[in-house]
Amino acid sequence: MNAVIKSHVISLLEKNIRYDKRKFDQFRPIEIEYGISSKSAEGSARVKIGETEVVAGIKMELGTPYPDQPDKGTIVANVELLPLSSPEFETGPPGIESIELARSVVDRGIRESNAIDFKKLCIKKGEKMWITYIDGYSINDAGNLADAIGLAALAALKDAKFPKYDEKTEKIDYEEKTKKKLELKELPIPITVIKIRDKFIIDPLLEEEECAEARLTVTTIENGDIVALQKGGEAPLTEEEIEKMVDLSLEKGKEIRKLLK
Amino acid sequence: MTYNKRSDGRKFDELRPIKAEVGVIPRAEGSARFQIGKTVAVAAVYGPRPLFPKFLKNNERGVLRCYYNMLSFSGSGERVRPGPSRRSKEIGLVTEKALAPALDLTAFPGSTIDVFIELVQTDAGTRCAGITAAAMALADAGFPMKDLVSAIAVGRIDDKIVIDVDKSEEDYEGGMADISIAMMPRTGQVTMLQMDGYLKRDELREVLKTAQKACAEIYKNQKEAFEARYTK
Repeated sequence: MNAVIKSHVISLLEKNIRYDKRKFDQFRPIEIEYGISSKSAEGSARVKIGETEVVAGIKMELGTPYPDQPDKGTIVANVELLPLSSPEFETGPPGIESIELARSVVDRGIRESNAIDFKKLCIKKGEKMWITYIDGYSINDAGNLADAIGLAALAALKDAKFPKYDEKTEKIDYEEKTKKKLELKELPIPITVIKIRDKFIIDPLLEEEECAEARLTVTTIENGDIVALQKGGEAPLTEEEIEKMVDLSLEKGKEIRKLLK
Repeated sequence: MTYNKRSDGRKFDELRPIKAEVGVIPRAEGSARFQIGKTVAVAAVYGPRPLFPKFLKNNERGVLRCYYNMLSFSGSGERVRPGPSRRSKEIGLVTEKALAPALDLTAFPGSTIDVFIELVQTDAGTRCAGITAAAMALADAGFPMKDLVSAIAVGRIDDKIVIDVDKSEEDYEGGMADISIAMMPRTGQVTMLQMDGYLKRDELREVLKTAQKACAEIYKNQKEAFEARYTK
């Protein structure tokens, strides 16, 4: 990124002004669209945050339960930062950035909050389970892909319905979707706070992400508990700073959660 | 055998509803979304930009690279495994060949123009939708082009030539041919021609005539997308 823009972002922030004039704790407009791939996916959604756009989809397949959890099904989260969405992203297998997003923003929040009852994904103990694949993709990167993908994954799960499972043949008929929804008991919302100098801002633009010294993604649930944390960036954080960032995430998480209801 | 009625009730020469839009990915030099029935393709163009590794470089002309990919939840049936497959690589190749004749690559020696095509939802005709979207994305990026490229899948089902085959027709178990055609619609020159199936020599003429008509219709939709974006 242009060094001139970078120093401009920072000098503005020092005067308490953001690059696009938003408040420090203000999101860009958020749009959620459900069922964008309803012919093929079990659930799907598109999320736009300002100019940032992502999509997520759910596919359900059959598998054998893990030996240590014979009465549970599972989820598999995957994120790809498509080269279609930014000149910075390259073709090839998911890089470390995508893997971090898949694990820290999508998988961990859903798994640790018990948003999905894995026992309900078991079809026959020790023999057959549902594997719920959650795939998130960037379509246009204009900053804050993490929160967008986290939100899209939840929206796609909310949209998901089981395909028809035939007990006799033990196969799935993907053409026929049932009315049975994939129940979500919690809405674990990931919110990323970035630190530039002594300022903390949310929903960063690309220009702001470039200047970030540290970031913290905090995933919270309705009752205010934390279900996932991921620190990124080079700079260390003090205890005070962490508390501040967590409180900001918690407050924003409440707002964003309402959009999914 | 006679194919009397299409599974979705369309006329034999009727396209599915089309929605075309350009400038959908602000980050890219050019971009487009093209939807035909339930098949949705998004394309983005980056470049001209330096080409690495160096041995791929061509100092006489630019290189056009097209990547075709189905999002993992976009297929009918099981999840599509991420990463390139033999199928997606071949479609990338024919997409390059379908688009290159419309461009003047000698203007960009040593560079690459990268075209990324992602399928969000599929109901057959995906390579054609991808090519149609990609041509729009290239034009949206401002590359001088001899013409747009429009593409359509024409089918022969039993005794009928049908236009814009959908998945249920593609899976038809009687006599079937699936012909993917791309052309530069102003001149009618064909830039992609592929067929799976079985076709009589004389039927080919009808297939090409039918494709020409369909591409004219698609071309109209492509142009309208530019009018909507740039003139209103």
